[in-house]
Amino acid sequence: MTHKALIQAATQALIDHADELTELDRAIGDGDHGLNMRRGAQAIQAQIDQLDGPSLNDSLRSMGMICMSSIGGSSGPVFGTLLITLAKELPTRPSSDDLARAVGAGIKALTRLGKAEVGQKTLLDVLDPVRRVLEQGGAGLGGRVRQCALDSANATAHIEATRGRASFLRERARGHIDPGSRSMALIIGAICDTL
Amino acid sequence: MKKLINHVDSVLAESLDGFAAAHSDILTLGAGRQFVRRRTLKQGKVALISGGGSGHEPLHIGFVGHGMLDAACPGQIFTSPTPDQMLAAAESVDTGAGVLFVVKNYSGDMMNFQMAAEMLDRESDMVVINDDVAVENSTYTTGRRGVAGTLLVERIVGAAAELGEGLAHLKALGDSVNRCTASMGVALSSCTVPAAGQPTFQIAADEMELGVGIHGEPGRRRVKMASADDIAAELTGNVLKDLSLKRGQEVVLLVNGFGGTPLHELYVMVNAVHRILEGAGVNAVRHLTGSYVTSLEMAGCSITVSAMDSSMLSLWDSPLHTAALRWGI
Repeated sequence: MTHKALIQAATQALIDHADELTELDRAIGDGDHGLNMRRGAQAIQAQIDQLDGPSLNDSLRSMGMICMSSIGGSSGPVFGTLLITLAKELPTRPSSDDLARAVGAGIKALTRLGKAEVGQKTLLDVLDPVRRVLEQGGAGLGGRVRQCALDSANATAHIEATRGRASFLRERARGHIDPGSRSMALIIGAICDTL
Repeated sequence: MKKLINHVDSVLAESLDGFAAAHSDILTLGAGRQFVRRRTLKQGKVALISGGGSGHEPLHIGFVGHGMLDAACPGQIFTSPTPDQMLAAAESVDTGAGVLFVVKNYSGDMMNFQMAAEMLDRESDMVVINDDVAVENSTYTTGRRGVAGTLLVERIVGAAAELGEGLAHLKALGDSVNRCTASMGVALSSCTVPAAGQPTFQIAADEMELGVGIHGEPGRRRVKMASADDIAAELTGNVLKDLSLKRGQEVVLLVNGFGGTPLHELYVMVNAVHRILEGAGVNAVRHLTGSYVTSLEMAGCSITVSAMDSSMLSLWDSPLHTAALRWGI
């Protein structure tokens, strides 16, 4: 299975849901998350043939750089750093254990970068539960990871924001899903569906 | 929302091209519109670079020029610029004396500028601006936001850089100006990002958003509309409380419009703020009144008070020639 299909699915999910993501960001941020993620997704799709040839690691790294230079805002550095960390940590044909470890490394890198931790209403609140499901492994892993990502993103609605633009709203941010978490869930969902 | 645009996908490019054309005497646009820079650099001067999301014009591109910035990196509207923009700007305007980044405290701006600083293979430092008193500074928040006070830091540090001060001195000076500057804003309306097509938040006809930021993001408290005097009292009161000034302190007063409020009303606010400052024994010795750190067409204003000492005031007065501000040359 080439990674082209995975890249296509993940980026298309972001493009298709751009309005929804913008709406989420309008409630607790400045309303540009969907636009930023769509721009990054389109920039990646524009180079999808070049991204298909090289190894998974090279592709991930290239996509990380594209995110860094096309998305802007917080999402650029965050998704860029995540992809670049995965590029560094993953072997060419990763097992679920490899994925769990790499995601863990990604969480550490993001914690250092954004000074946010798990439980502060960011996409770390999707990555960490997903990492734990990957660690468990077992049957129907794709489906369980997908469901975990979806549920964790929805659960961010109950967390009071302490990081990023939503943190300026404190209590008023409760009841709203974190846009970055929703993006993360969409990407993970698309990848699981395609695999 | 009616706007003077052609297409949402080209609005930023067209705006930057128009800006560069209007100010081609002192500025030039970098390749790929990654940055705006002075036409003429002063060899051996520390390069002062700032940037942030577009939509706040004239901040920052309107402050590129003699006595202020060497370059500014414009991101998408309300979106931080990316590290490659800052790297390209540094490459273009560094004359060997190092680079000082002026960065507003927002997680996006901080991350992108920090990444640029890490990737830069030349000497650099950073001044972080966090003058907004509306949001508390605690371990559980991202800290205070950088708002209109950014202009003051860019001016004072820019002036000192022009006089040949070194990187360490400029960094310390920037931090000092940031520390003695406090701001707070109010929004009477929201604003509409062209690509989004609708206002960034809803606000009733009889309401105002106290503590609003400069990205169209909702502020801390939504309250019923009040008089100019009451608003001035609330904003100035909070700013003065933060600064803890002594009676007789001289200050710079910036009454900044967010883009949608006429100058006529900003002067009403200056008048109201003056009475409050007089009551507190504080003396506004320099003024700046106008829309300088905007949020597209948001109606409202911010009050910024800066307790500058005499050396900072002398730097304030020194020659300045940017698109938005010009005096002494």
